[in-house]
Amino acid sequence: MILKDRQSPALNIYFTAGFPELEDTVPVIRALSESGVDLIEIGMPYSDPMADGPTIQQSSARALKNGMSMEVLFDQVAQISEKVSTPLILMGYLNQMIQYGEERFLKRCRETGISGLIIPDLPPELYKMQYQEMFRNHQVEIIFLITPQTSEKRIRTIDELSDSFIYVVSDSSITGKSTEISKEQIAYFQRIQKMKLRNPTLIGFGISDHQSFSQAAEYSSGAIIGSAFIKRLDKEYGEKGIDEVVTKFVNEIKHGA
Amino acid sequence: MRYTIDDRGFYGNFGGAYIPEMLHANIEELQQRYVGIIEDPKFQKEFHDLLKDYVGRPSPLYFAKRLSEKYGSRLYLKREDLNHTGAHKINNTIGQILLARRLGKTRIIAETGAGQHGVATATVCALMGMECIVYMGEVDIERQKPNVFRMKMLGAEVRPARSGSKTLKDATNEAIRDWINHPVETHYIIGSVVGPHPYPDMVARFQSVVSHELMIQMEEKEGRNYPDRIIACVGGGSNAAGAYYHYLDDERVRLVAVEAAGEGIHSGRSAATSVLGTEGIIHGSRTLLMQTKDGQITEPHSISAGLDYPGIGPMHAHLIRTGRAEVVSITDQESVEAAMELSRLEGIIPALESAHALAALKYLTLDSDETTVISLSGRGDKDLATFMKYLDDE
Ligand SMILES: Cc1ncc(COP(=O)(O)O)c(C=O)c1O
Repeated sequence: MILKDRQSPALNIYFTAGFPELEDTVPVIRALSESGVDLIEIGMPYSDPMADGPTIQQSSARALKNGMSMEVLFDQVAQISEKVSTPLILMGYLNQMIQYGEERFLKRCRETGISGLIIPDLPPELYKMQYQEMFRNHQVEIIFLITPQTSEKRIRTIDELSDSFIYVVSDSSITGKSTEISKEQIAYFQRIQKMKLRNPTLIGFGISDHQSFSQAAEYSSGAIIGSAFIKRLDKEYGEKGIDEVVTKFVNEIKHGA
Repeated sequence: MRYTIDDRGFYGNFGGAYIPEMLHANIEELQQRYVGIIEDPKFQKEFHDLLKDYVGRPSPLYFAKRLSEKYGSRLYLKREDLNHTGAHKINNTIGQILLARRLGKTRIIAETGAGQHGVATATVCALMGMECIVYMGEVDIERQKPNVFRMKMLGAEVRPARSGSKTLKDATNEAIRDWINHPVETHYIIGSVVGPHPYPDMVARFQSVVSHELMIQMEEKEGRNYPDRIIACVGGGSNAAGAYYHYLDDERVRLVAVEAAGEGIHSGRSAATSVLGTEGIIHGSRTLLMQTKDGQITEPHSISAGLDYPGIGPMHAHLIRTGRAEVVSITDQESVEAAMELSRLEGIIPALESAHALAALKYLTLDSDETTVISLSGRGDKDLATFMKYLDDE
């Protein structure tokens, strides 16, 4: 279990590895962990991130320009993972894992202290057919997404297949669209809540501030914030230190100030 | 060996549907319904009536006498350039718009490289009174201007793709993102035999009207229903898939796939996927693509916007890897020369994409009594600016 039983809502922050600068991965992870984030999702920069909006596309392109690679990323994670207690997960695309070699990739995750993977273009059917055993052998968890279009039956299947948490995509969308949470979305969150899944649920995509975070947390175990954090990091980087930017952002999300 | 898809949507090791959950419902609906819809006699009638009266099919199979004399063999051109809108792309868009209507969709999106697929999509949307948005790389908007104007005149909105190399791959990414954001009312008309299952098979079926006609036309002209060889350019591979389709299992017919070598295969500016590519995933399909060791997709280059793509459809990956199809790579320069040659020998100005297929002739050993069909996938009007530059240098 990546998320432990808990009272307060879990906050999962996504950031792109190697952004704004190549060597920022470690300080960002440290700052996030020290500011009390519950889960850290490290984005593996990809040339063609089809499920991501402009913010993450741009941060990924910049990280790649900075020289980010899987090898560098794993080395950076290895440097910090033992020093922080916050669980670390990776988010990236299946092609990156395939080119690295799936077995080797999972082994390296395990060695460097990565506990789970979000691979949006790896559907549950293909996971089950090709990868489930491999993930089990290396003790790496998989995290699946569900959307307002995912059928109840399919949600049950997904709930059976994973042992981590379920990523509830708040709306039919790519990352980075932040709008107010609508009535339809709330109805959808409630529908999921009523299903009483085995796994905890975290709501993501479009969560950007204290209000949307708290609202999402009413219907789930917590929420995931990505684009809003990257935008802030980009904006204030250089003026302020990473620690200061991160602490302020996390406080704002958690406490609204 | 089997060259069509299996029941999981794979051609051998290639194909499948590697898509995010946000597209699952749409793709599943397509997977479950496309064969039933396409095989419905009512659909077939509507499809073929439009191909006949609106597109102008069958497209002629033309015996190119002077070209044949030059190469000392019997060369036929399958004249997809004479279709309405000027390329083979409309065979697919007619099929997909009829399918979209049956799925109850009201909004159409597409990606385009050369603009031919964009124009063909804008055309069928005008015909059916549907909203149409076409994604096109900024670089392609610049080099294929006439097609941008045509799309606008047809009532489509052209949205520039500004990421990556600003060409076909990036336009496809943007179209996929649009679909993720509007899954319920939108159908995505993919322009080639690429993308997640069932797109490669669906597009190949719509394009297979080409090889169906070839069988009849070859019988008429040569007294047997097959040629010795079919040559077609491969961007994603839809004109090639259409020309090969009914001959896939007929080993008497040699299949030649022509790729864009850009400024040379190893120049660093190329789109020769079968040589430079390795197995991986692009746009939801497992296939051959150009990528770094780290799995980052490489930015391709070709003078021809329609071939400027770092992957090929999974059917072609399979045909090439199994040896069923042979590959010839043609540079930018060679393609322009071939376009000039056809213009002056036959009075036909080909699209730069199709000119790649023509340029392959000089690399093949052709016997005098052999028949070869070249897929003349489109006309060259859209490429006049590029040709003019070349003529100025000449
Ligand atoms: C005339 C023409 N031929 C060929 C192509 C390449 O596409 P495909 O490989 O799918 O036939 C294009 C694409 O734009 C085109 O316009």
